[in-house]
Amino acid sequence: MVTRAGSRLTEIVKKHEAAIVAEWIKEQLAAVKAADRISEADLRSDCERFLSLLRMALQSGAGEDIMGPGWSETREMLGGLSRSRAKAGYTPSETAAFMLALKLPVFDRLRGEIGGDAQALADEVWHTTIVLDRLALFTTEVYQTGREEIILRQQQEMLELSTPVVQLWEGILALPLIGTLDSARTQVVMENLLQRIVETGASIAIIDITGVPTVDTLVAQHLLKTVAAARLMGADCLISGIRPQIAQTIVHLGVELNSVVTKATLADAFIIALQKTGAAITRPSKA
Amino acid sequence: MERIPILKMNEFLLVSIQVDMHDRLAMTLQDDLTHRIVRDRARGVLIDISSLEIVDSFIGRMIGNIAAMSRVLDAETVVVGMRPAVAITLVELGLSLPGVRTSLSVDKGMELLRASLRGGNGNGHLDARR
Repeated sequence: MVTRAGSRLTEIVKKHEAAIVAEWIKEQLAAVKAADRISEADLRSDCERFLSLLRMALQSGAGEDIMGPGWSETREMLGGLSRSRAKAGYTPSETAAFMLALKLPVFDRLRGEIGGDAQALADEVWHTTIVLDRLALFTTEVYQTGREEIILRQQQEMLELSTPVVQLWEGILALPLIGTLDSARTQVVMENLLQRIVETGASIAIIDITGVPTVDTLVAQHLLKTVAAARLMGADCLISGIRPQIAQTIVHLGVELNSVVTKATLADAFIIALQKTGAAITRPSKA
Repeated sequence: MERIPILKMNEFLLVSIQVDMHDRLAMTLQDDLTHRIVRDRARGVLIDISSLEIVDSFIGRMIGNIAAMSRVLDAETVVVGMRPAVAITLVELGLSLPGVRTSLSVDKGMELLRASLRGGNGNGHLDARR
């Protein structure tokens, strides 16, 4: 039943291809608000390509299972289309409109061809709707995945951007932390810091938390973990940039920071670090 | 049976772990090392774990134990060259090895040992800071 209905659709698409494409393009241009983003020639070639792929898929007897092997080329083409549309800033409905706009011209032709037989017409329309709806859902899905990939990549970039390790002096590293510290970030921070300790042979690392908005027990635990890991590698840690409110919270929460040297400012911590490495800063006398 | 070599350098002992530690090997090392400290009257022990890539909680604990035993025998112990991944693993396992002194390289570890032998009386309770 399904394959018979499918063959009918193929036949009609083949017969009226040019007319369907023309109407389809008109429908799409009406559906997409910023029509100037699409060049009509591009759209035409996309539409023609899709129709020929659709015909091929229907002819191969792939039926309504659009995730099956018979539809793989069609899926590929639609995937590329929605990904490029996602990048160009189309909305999801504008992307899905590519598929949905095809319904009206195809239904028109179906009515023209088999309008006399109500039973057959209903069957054909139902079959066509299922296929086109599934394809439209597929484009939306790909669109969404494309968006999610972009978000994920940006998150990753932010994670790495926000944790630079700076060499202040020979053997002294600074790690200015900005933003909240969750487990994932702590992991990145720790890995970066330890890697830099190995590379530079630093014996002291200053963790500056001026840019950390709040320190709760979890953040403190993450900090202490980082300090412990650095110590295992043979580098001492100092924590600096503790703001008054943070000092209050730390004490109220009962967090033990006794095992670490803490300083109010990065400058103070730097002086201590210099002393520990045996260096000192002096002002040259005016004479 | 494979053993981890223990090298004598003046008053120090150098243990370089070049193979993957398994439990048996760690037990043997613990045995050998304590004997050597007593026999050679060593004042310091350097354990180089820069080739160690995999640790589990047992090996982590063994490293801590070996350091503690050496301390009881009046020899300062410094664990040198721990890899970042190993350090993270140990911390995640909750083994931050308190009381074990650490250093980035054998050079620095040696320096640390010399400094602490000059400074303290070698009673092993100096903290890790210089």
